[in-house]
Amino acid sequence: MSLLPFCEWLAGTEWSIALHESLHVYPMVQTIHVLVLLPFIGMVIFVDLRLVGWTFRDVPIAEINARFLPWAIGAFCISVITGALLFFAIPVRTYLSIFFRIKLLMLLIAGLNVIFLHRDTRRNKDIWGANGAPPFRVRVAGGLSLLSWGIVIIMGRMIAYNWFDCNRQPQPDFINWMAGCTAILP
Amino acid sequence: MTTLQLFERLETTALGVTIRDSAWLFPAIESFHLLGLATLGGAVLVVDLKLFGLGLKNRSADYVLGQTQPWLLGAIATMLATGIPLFLSEAVKLYFAPAFQTKMCFLGMALLFTFFVRNPAIRRYKNTPPPLAKLVAATSIALWLIVAGSGRWIGFS
Repeated sequence: MSLLPFCEWLAGTEWSIALHESLHVYPMVQTIHVLVLLPFIGMVIFVDLRLVGWTFRDVPIAEINARFLPWAIGAFCISVITGALLFFAIPVRTYLSIFFRIKLLMLLIAGLNVIFLHRDTRRNKDIWGANGAPPFRVRVAGGLSLLSWGIVIIMGRMIAYNWFDCNRQPQPDFINWMAGCTAILP
Repeated sequence: MTTLQLFERLETTALGVTIRDSAWLFPAIESFHLLGLATLGGAVLVVDLKLFGLGLKNRSADYVLGQTQPWLLGAIATMLATGIPLFLSEAVKLYFAPAFQTKMCFLGMALLFTFFVRNPAIRRYKNTPPPLAKLVAATSIALWLIVAGSGRWIGFS
């Protein structure tokens, strides 16, 4: 199953072309996407740093989450909307970008990490309410989150570069497979 | 020597030339510049939200500042350590870029405001919010957003 035909159809829509060719709207959406890093990843970083036990050790994790996460979630929504618009403007190239794919994979890992973490801490309520550094597994989860969001940022920046684009051959088979180029190469 | 001549000289530094001649050094350094930005955003917002009355409850702004300050300083150090090499690699282009001039102007204001107005005010009024706390927070957020936004805009110029 490939989403390529869907992306090709998307690329041909009037709105996609208009957004792609717009002189001001596209860069503005991109700027908002970057600015949202501050409230989104910025707040996530401080939640994660607390999980690892590197800051706010005298504040229970539950309190940090309650006060910081609503901002992160709100900003995340703006991030998803602007990100979807950026994809919508350049669907095919983005779909076939190895960096975009790694970025999505990291988003998935970060998301799964959040789900497991919340399950774990809901079962062990004492961890939430306590001061000091949490148990080792929670600290690892915080570190994994920091790492995955960091890679999300780096990959997001790299999407702009065409080093591994399908029309730049030869590339190692593994790169072509990862980028989805195998499907369109002769 | 005029400023332009200075910028031309800066562009010929070994570091600038090395980055310019490499296909991947610029984006690689830029990525770490963005990681610094995200950390800076968090460190600034956690304190400013507290000043707005929307941050941590039952903790003084002074305490929140103390907890975030090392990360703010680390983020600024990272941004300078990555931003200066990026600047050296394209100093002449930046000399003519209004977005860069805007960014440097607001960066100066943001740094002065943070370290000479906001932070001293928070430290002086230990357990109560400083006067005009919300105005201080709004100014801080606005200044840093303009720095980040005009920074992004350099790439479009």
